[in-house]
Amino acid sequence: MLTSIQTDTPLISLTKVEKWYGAFHALKAINLSVRKGEKIVLCGPSGSGKSTLIRCINALESIQSGTITVDGTTLDNNSTSIDAVRREVGMVFQSFNLFPHMTVLENCTLAPMRVRGASKPDAERIARKYLERVRILDQAEKYPAQLSGGQQQRVAIARALCMEPNVMLFDEPTSALDPEMVKEVLDTMIALAVDGMTMICVTHEMGFARQVADRVIFMASGEIIEEATPEVFFTAPQHPRTQAFLGEILAHH
Amino acid sequence: MNYVFDFGVVFEKMPELLLGAASTLGLAIAGISLALIIGVLGVAARSSKYRLMRGAVIAFVEVVRNTPFLVQIFFIFFALPMMGIRLNPTVTAIIALAVNGGAYAIEIIRGGVESISKGQVEAGLALGLHKFQVFRLIVLKPAIRTIYPSLVSQFIMLTLTTAVCTSIAAYELTSVAQMIESDTFRSFEVYFTITIMYLFISSIMMGLFALISRHFFSYPTR
Ligand SMILES: Nc1ncnc2c1ncn2[C@@H]1O[C@H](COP(=O)(O)OP(=O)(O)OP(=O)(O)O)[C@@H](O)[C@H]1O
Ligand SMILES: [Mg+2]
Repeated sequence: MLTSIQTDTPLISLTKVEKWYGAFHALKAINLSVRKGEKIVLCGPSGSGKSTLIRCINALESIQSGTITVDGTTLDNNSTSIDAVRREVGMVFQSFNLFPHMTVLENCTLAPMRVRGASKPDAERIARKYLERVRILDQAEKYPAQLSGGQQQRVAIARALCMEPNVMLFDEPTSALDPEMVKEVLDTMIALAVDGMTMICVTHEMGFARQVADRVIFMASGEIIEEATPEVFFTAPQHPRTQAFLGEILAHH
Repeated sequence: MNYVFDFGVVFEKMPELLLGAASTLGLAIAGISLALIIGVLGVAARSSKYRLMRGAVIAFVEVVRNTPFLVQIFFIFFALPMMGIRLNPTVTAIIALAVNGGAYAIEIIRGGVESISKGQVEAGLALGLHKFQVFRLIVLKPAIRTIYPSLVSQFIMLTLTTAVCTSIAAYELTSVAQMIESDTFRSFEVYFTITIMYLFISSIMMGLFALISRHFFSYPTR
């Protein structure tokens, strides 16, 4: 586990969050608070609501009740709060979602220019800084289709970082990658963690969880079943569903 | 068959024919440009949060696609003046072509937009872009790229449809040919010549579309 720079005021807090997809109850009474600098790993079986949970934090999904506050801004239905939160929260997706018609550099400068109003030279300077940081600056003029999956995902991380967010959300960032490319992406994420970024990662990479997480949260059927430090989580899981899940995951690795 | 071909007439009138061809090309390019704008704005409006807006776009597309172009152009030229809107033939032709092509463009471009993965939109939103910025900056170009061949064939058809504008005496290649024919009675020579000229016009348009494609859509994909 890394020693993190943490303060006591939560950067993100979810209180009694309820999410329904029509008649389907996807998130049930979710309470979660994340301090600045904290790294959370979120795991659980397929369909348990992990993606839904992190997508609620940047308002890609709306919630039916409860409150979500990010860096002092409480999400409500007006677009001002959504804009404010999205400016502070970066997100990395399983399927990279780079924009195919833009070069790597353009992918990275788009939002800083259009959302933050940065000038092109400033945006490019920032983009080069983060591309350097994810060790892919040499590919800046290429298009996404010309990169490997691992390279694309590192660009996606750089693209999110270019908005200089306070929080990064990762939704299974390595699940779509060939095994030999998983490490380069995880290493990038570890480096980000070391730098003190607040992170919520949905992942089943248990090695990453052990090394980086301050807390591991286990979800099932839309509920948070258990949360603990990695040591406790992996060595002494309390809930039978957690034990069953870990049994399965570890059998596969 | 004792018809004696005489293309001399055609050569004599060549300047007029070329002017007519240029005018046809102009009508086509103006109509297509406006149709493209209508297509893009229409697709954006079709996903508006206002029901009335969405309904209006759907109604527009259905009305235009289920009525003859000839009737549409007559409506603009002969019926609108009754409501105080009087337009000259060229302007009428451009508007009619734009409206007609625009309705088809809306349907075609919408297909392209629907083929873009939700993940692209979400990535844009997550970066803080607004819905319309996502549409314009992220979705539109790849969307048009996917349906570009259909859009091109629709616009080539629109180019050839300019001939219908003869019906309101708009100045274009077919109306010029008709005038020459009625002066000279050289039907075969005149219509044979403009057939070739239309082939040229189509090739020029195809060439333009290929250039546009090379400029905008040449980024690599898997
Ligand atoms: N847009 C939607 N409409 C209806 N149901 C949805 C929608 N999105 C997700 N769900 C349902 O909500 C539940 C939680 O989905 P979610 O994607 O959050 O799961 P997950 O834990 O991320 O699973 P996975 O590991 O497979 O990614 C699932 O049962 C899913 O079918
Ligand atoms: Mg998921």
